Amino acid sequence: MRKNIVLCGVGGQGTVLASRLISAAAMAKQIPVMSAETIGMAQRGGSVFSHLRMGEGIWSPMIARGEADLILGFEPGEAVRMLPYLKPDGQMIVSSRPVMPVTAALGGNAYRPEEMLAFLREHVSRLWIVDTDRALLEVGSAKVLNLVLLGAAAARGALGLTREDLREAVRTQIQERFHALNFRALDAAGD
Amino acid sequence: MPRNYDIICLLRNRRESRQEQEKDVKALHSEFLMGNEAIALGALAAGVNLVCGYPGTPSTEVLETVAKRRGEGVYVEWSVNEKTAMEIAGGAAYAGARTLVTMKQMGLNVASDPLMCLEYIGVKGGLVVLTADDPGPISSQTEQDTRHFAGFSKVPCFDPSTAQEAYDMIQEAFDFSEQYGTPVLLRPTTRVSHGYASIRVKDPEEYRVNTPEGFVRDTGRWVIFPRLSNRNHRLIEERNAKLRDVLSDYAGNRTEAGEGEWAQCRKGLAAGGISYTYAMEARERTGRVPLLKISTPFPFPERKAAEFLAELDEVLCIEELDPVIERELIYICGKYGLKTRILGKQTGHMPLSGENTRDSVQAAVAAFLGLPAAEEDSPEPPALPVRPPVLCAGCPHRASFYAVKQAMRGKKTIFCGDIGCYTLGNAVPLDMVDTCLCMGAGLGIAQAINHLEPDRSCFAFVGDSTFFASALPGVVNAVYNQAAFTLVVLDNSTTAMTGHQPHPGTGRTMMGQAVDKVSIENVLRGIGVTAVETVDPLRLEEAVETVKRVSALPGVKAVIFRSPCVALFKSGKRMAADPEKCVGCGRCIREIGCPALSMNGKKISVDAAQCNGCGLCAQLCPVNALKEENHA
Repeated sequence: MRKNIVLCGVGGQGTVLASRLISAAAMAKQIPVMSAETIGMAQRGGSVFSHLRMGEGIWSPMIARGEADLILGFEPGEAVRMLPYLKPDGQMIVSSRPVMPVTAALGGNAYRPEEMLAFLREHVSRLWIVDTDRALLEVGSAKVLNLVLLGAAAARGALGLTREDLREAVRTQIQERFHALNFRALDAAGD
Repeated sequence: MPRNYDIICLLRNRRESRQEQEKDVKALHSEFLMGNEAIALGALAAGVNLVCGYPGTPSTEVLETVAKRRGEGVYVEWSVNEKTAMEIAGGAAYAGARTLVTMKQMGLNVASDPLMCLEYIGVKGGLVVLTADDPGPISSQTEQDTRHFAGFSKVPCFDPSTAQEAYDMIQEAFDFSEQYGTPVLLRPTTRVSHGYASIRVKDPEEYRVNTPEGFVRDTGRWVIFPRLSNRNHRLIEERNAKLRDVLSDYAGNRTEAGEGEWAQCRKGLAAGGISYTYAMEARERTGRVPLLKISTPFPFPERKAAEFLAELDEVLCIEELDPVIERELIYICGKYGLKTRILGKQTGHMPLSGENTRDSVQAAVAAFLGLPAAEEDSPEPPALPVRPPVLCAGCPHRASFYAVKQAMRGKKTIFCGDIGCYTLGNAVPLDMVDTCLCMGAGLGIAQAINHLEPDRSCFAFVGDSTFFASALPGVVNAVYNQAAFTLVVLDNSTTAMTGHQPHPGTGRTMMGQAVDKVSIENVLRGIGVTAVETVDPLRLEEAVETVKRVSALPGVKAVIFRSPCVALFKSGKRMAADPEKCVGCGRCIREIGCPALSMNGKKISVDAAQCNGCGLCAQLCPVNALKEENHA
C-alpha cells in the first residue's frame, strides 16, 4: 500500500496530532511512514499543513502537486488552498466549519466560506463535507475536530486504516483521561 | 593535532551496507521519529556526555529529546545563550567528554567568537555543533548558509538529507571529531529536522560508553596565543586540504549511475541536503540520470566530484540557500581543466532564494533534460483567506501591547520589538512593533533613537528568555551612557515561540531540578535601574496607569508585564458574548484583534475552541456584553 495524505488547516486546530495518530496507526501495522509539518511561527493562527506518506520506496516526506490520495481539510478555505495537491481521482474530506481570519474580522479581507465549499463541490468528485458543527456539538467539545475528521477518513477507507486502528493509536499516543472523548469524536461523523 | 586518517576507512566500511551494519549491531528497533529526535538518539548512541544549547527553530527538539531519553550520567542544559553554550561545549570537549551543542543558524552568529577560536585550539572529546538552517526562511530573520560558516571557521561540516542519515551521520561525526581533533558541524535544514520517518535505531544497551579522562593541564595546548594560532592555522589548512581527498571516499559522498535510456547520458545532477531527496524523487519520474550526492560540503570531496564531472557535459546543481556545491564544482572544473558546464543558481536555472520543493526541483530537472513540463490544470480558486500568524487568543502579550498603546496614545513614541512570539505585536490592529532586528537589538535601537531625538518616548519590548539571553549588555550600556528609554519585559514564564523551554527565570532546569529563579527585577535593580514596576497586563486599567507613570520618569526605567503563556498554563476559562446586550459596535475586534472574536451577523461571537478567557475583551466592551462563561 502506498498513500499520500495532505492534512491542512489553521494553526491550533490539531493537524499535527492527527498526523501523529495516522503515523502511529500505520507503524503499528509495520507500514513505513514519512511526514512533514509546519512548526514555528505559522503555528500561531497561520495556514498549516502536514504531508504524510506511507509505503515503501519513498525518498522525501514532501508530497508533490497532483500526488495526494487524500486531502483532509480542517477548514474549507485551507482545503481549497491545498487542492492542487490532490490526484485527479483523490478523495477530499473537509470540515464545514470555517475559521475566520482576524484580517477578515477587521474588514481588510473578505472571506466567504460558502464560496469555498461551492468551489470544492464543483471541482472535487470524491468529496465529503463533514458537518463538524453538528458532530462537535454531539461530542460536547469544540477541541476534537481532528478526531472527527480522522474517523470520517477511516470510514471512507481513505487512510488504509480502520477506526479501530485509530482507536489503538489513541490508546498509545494520548493520555488516558481523554480516551473516551476521543473515541466518541472518532465515531461522530458517522459513515 | 591527530592526523590519523584511518577513521575514514572505518566510516566508509560502516556506511557501505546498512544490512551488514545491522548484522554487527544486534539490538535495533524501528521508531517513528522527527529528524531532530533521530539526531538526539544518534548522539546518545554515540555516548554523548554533555549536551547544551539555546532554543531556536528548527533546532530545538534535539536537546529536548536528549533530556527526555538520556541515561544516567548524561548532563543536559539550556544555556543562557549560544555563546555560553559553545563555551560550555568547548570546556567539556577539553576534558574529553563527547559533547553536542545545538542552535539555529542565527545562533551560530552569537556563538561564532568561541567557535572560530575553538577550531584553532582543537578538542579532545568529540564535539558536534548542531546548527539547523532554515531555507525559506520559515521562522528566521535570514537565509544564511551554515556551509559558508564551515568554510569560514574551517570546521568540517556534515549535511544530512534524511532523518535516518542524520541519525547515522552524527555518530560518524563524533568519531571524526575525535580522530581529527576538531569540532564538527552537523547542518540539517528545516525539512530534515522537522520531517518524521520510521527510523532504525539502536537499543540503549548498544550505546557506546565514553568515560571522559578529565581536563589535563597543558598551557601549550589550551591557551590561545598568536604563536599557537599561527602554527595551528597551517596545520588546519594542511588537514583540510587532505580531507578534500579523504572525504572523496566517504560513503555519504556518492554517485548514482545513469540507468536505462540515461545510462550513457552526458548530463548529471549534483545535490545535497533535503534537495537530494527531491532530486531522487524527480529521477523516478524523468528517468535515472547520473547524480552526485554531497554530504560534506566542507571540506568538499574534490576527487569524487572531479571524477563525476569528467564524464559529463552539463551538471545541474540542486541545493538550497547559497550556491556552495555549484561554486565548488566550477572551481574544480577550472582546476582540472574540465569543460563541463555547471548550471544552478548563478546561471538562472535554480531560484536564488527560498525553499526548493518537490515540484520546483521536478520542473528544473525536466527542463534541464529537455523534457516537457508537467501540465498544471488546477482551476482558479476564489480569493483565499489571508492568514498571517497572530498572537494566540488570550495571549498576555496582546494585553501588554494594548496597555502601552493606550498609555502612550497621542505621544511621540517609538516601539522597538525583538525576537519571539511578541514580534507578532506588529500585526494590526495592535501595530506596536516599529523595529525588529535580532535578539536583544531593540534595546540598542531605542537608546540610539533617544540620543538623536530626546523628546521622543522610546520603548524596547523584550521577552523573558530573550532578556536573559541578550538584553543585559544593552541595559548596562544604557545606564552607563545615560540613555533614556522604557524597557518592557514581557514575562510569560517560558520560551514560548520555540515550544516552551525553561530559562533562568523559570526555576526549572533540563536536569529536572527546581532551582531559585533569577529575578528580572533584582537583575535590573542591581544594574542600577531604579524604577522597576511589575504588573499583570490582564488588569488593563492598572497596566495602563503603570506604563503612564513609569514611562514619564527620567533615564532607564522598566515595566515587567508578568502573566503566564496561555499555551502552557490552561486557564480553563472562556468568555461568551450576550447577544441581548451586544450592540455590534465591534470595538473589541477593532482594538485588540483577538482571533477568538468574530462578527456573526451583527453580533460578536466568541470561538469556544480558541478562547482562553483572558477577559481583555470584556474590559473594553462599552455595554458589558462579554462575560466569563461557566462551562464544564
